[in-house]
Amino acid sequence: MLRVENLDVFYGDAQALDGVSLEVEEGAIVAIVGANGAGKTSLIRTIAGMHRPHAGRIEFRGRPIGGLPSHRVCDLGIGQVAEGRQIFPTLSVADNLATGAMLPRAHAARAQNRDRVYAMFPRLAERSAQAAGTLSGGEQQMLAIGRCLMGAPELVMFDEPSLGLAPAIVQDVLKTIRDLNRDGLTCVLVEQNVAVSLRLASRAYVLENGRITLSGTGEALLADDRVRQAYLGL
Amino acid sequence: MKRLWDPIPLRGRVVLVALLAALLIAPAVLDRYLISIFVLIFYFTLVGQAWNLMMGYAGQLSLGHALYAGLGGYVAALLWFYFGIGPWLGVIPAIAVAMAFGAAIGWLGFRFGIEGVYFALLTIAFAEFTRIAFDNMAFTGGAGGLFLLYEPKRAHEWWNLRGGPLLFYYLSLALACGATALTAWLARSRLGYQWVAIREDQRAAMALGIDVFRAKMIAVLISAAMTAVGGVMLAFYYNSLFPAQAFDISRSIEMILGPVVGGLGTVFGPIVGAFILTPLGEGLIAVTDKLGIGVPGVKAVFYGLTLMIIISLRPDGVWPWLKRLIGLEAA
Repeated sequence: MLRVENLDVFYGDAQALDGVSLEVEEGAIVAIVGANGAGKTSLIRTIAGMHRPHAGRIEFRGRPIGGLPSHRVCDLGIGQVAEGRQIFPTLSVADNLATGAMLPRAHAARAQNRDRVYAMFPRLAERSAQAAGTLSGGEQQMLAIGRCLMGAPELVMFDEPSLGLAPAIVQDVLKTIRDLNRDGLTCVLVEQNVAVSLRLASRAYVLENGRITLSGTGEALLADDRVRQAYLGL
Repeated sequence: MKRLWDPIPLRGRVVLVALLAALLIAPAVLDRYLISIFVLIFYFTLVGQAWNLMMGYAGQLSLGHALYAGLGGYVAALLWFYFGIGPWLGVIPAIAVAMAFGAAIGWLGFRFGIEGVYFALLTIAFAEFTRIAFDNMAFTGGAGGLFLLYEPKRAHEWWNLRGGPLLFYYLSLALACGATALTAWLARSRLGYQWVAIREDQRAAMALGIDVFRAKMIAVLISAAMTAVGGVMLAFYYNSLFPAQAFDISRSIEMILGPVVGGLGTVFGPIVGAFILTPLGEGLIAVTDKLGIGVPGVKAVFYGLTLMIIISLRPDGVWPWLKRLIGLEAA
């Protein structure tokens, strides 16, 4: 569904991604793990069209999308739940959701999508008129996911969805991602929380200093000595 | 219209209709001086709404809005002066020229990622360039100004926007109402949501697939067009234009004070701001004259002090507070 080949990305002189290749199959959960600064967010932003790749190829459903502006990429069905949630704190929950439905592909079905989001997260329905900044961290993450779903995506890239959340809430968020995937959503999960994301993923890539150093099924990487030493502290 | 009307609570509708009715019949009891103050209030409502769309909704700071008003005024006035083309027609090229300048500023700013204060500097620079150009162009009258003749035989040609205070009272009232309705409609439109998302967090808006460049450009274009209409009206009201006044940064600041004091990003803020500031400015002239301290600058000092007090007491603007006070806060 999504294929990235030999992607190079630079910020000025600094190389953020160096020959990154990966593939995401329809219906999969693909994890990208790595330390802070390994290039995970750069990868997401480049796929999303917020950075122009220096070299390499990005394809979505067989169509090259590298270099397309972000609104075009989104309208093809690639959504993202950005790091740090990036909800609009002064807007109400309902208005936050409305801003997610601006894509041409999602505009007609926005009422159904909103009902679906509210059914999935009843807390958001209860608080629809409340300013989003007054929600708890977990609720804000639900809102960020719900807002992304308002754009009717086929593939969603989650950037550090567990960041700054209490362990119990992290479990809720991961369960949400699993449920969405079961309903047919293809997921790319970028996490520092390596153990959890590898358990969830059907396929995973390890990103180090802008390069993919290891890839395989989630289970295989969980059992890999290098992963266990470097990321799991075992 | 129904979409604009429905969300207003009953009490708000009563207040709105009563206010509008009062303004419609007010000239019957107002003298010439008071009518001239109302014309200014309505003018500042119109340009305040225009600026508010760009700053209050889309979050793009312009400190050079005098440019659009000045260009609008000059284009319509020149067409009348040289070719006898009346302002009802002249307003169209006036809008077009202002929008072309807005497009140039927006394109330069947004294409090259010039944000915030730097974008504001760009808007000031354009206004200043234009002022200097108009100072030196002979066919616009140069620094000496452009004057539209007052011809008594044309005094009733309303179709050429020649007429007395009443004509301008009702025209400016209609324009202020139109600008307010347009703002209310845009605020609830898809574009309005895009603007607010950009204002709150541009990167997040991009991640949601909002075409940030397009949305910001439209904000500048609509804002420039509305401001140009105000400029045309003012040019024919005063019958004179000077580059040093039309394009001066103090003109731009004057325009933005209303929405700032009234409440940024609200539909009624610019109205409330205009109703506070214009009478305040006029009132201070009268008071300082009466007290015998009418030396130059005194008015500005008191005006500035009052502004500081209002803004420090109501940092979100007067309207959000007023709305709660008269019980219009939607539950």
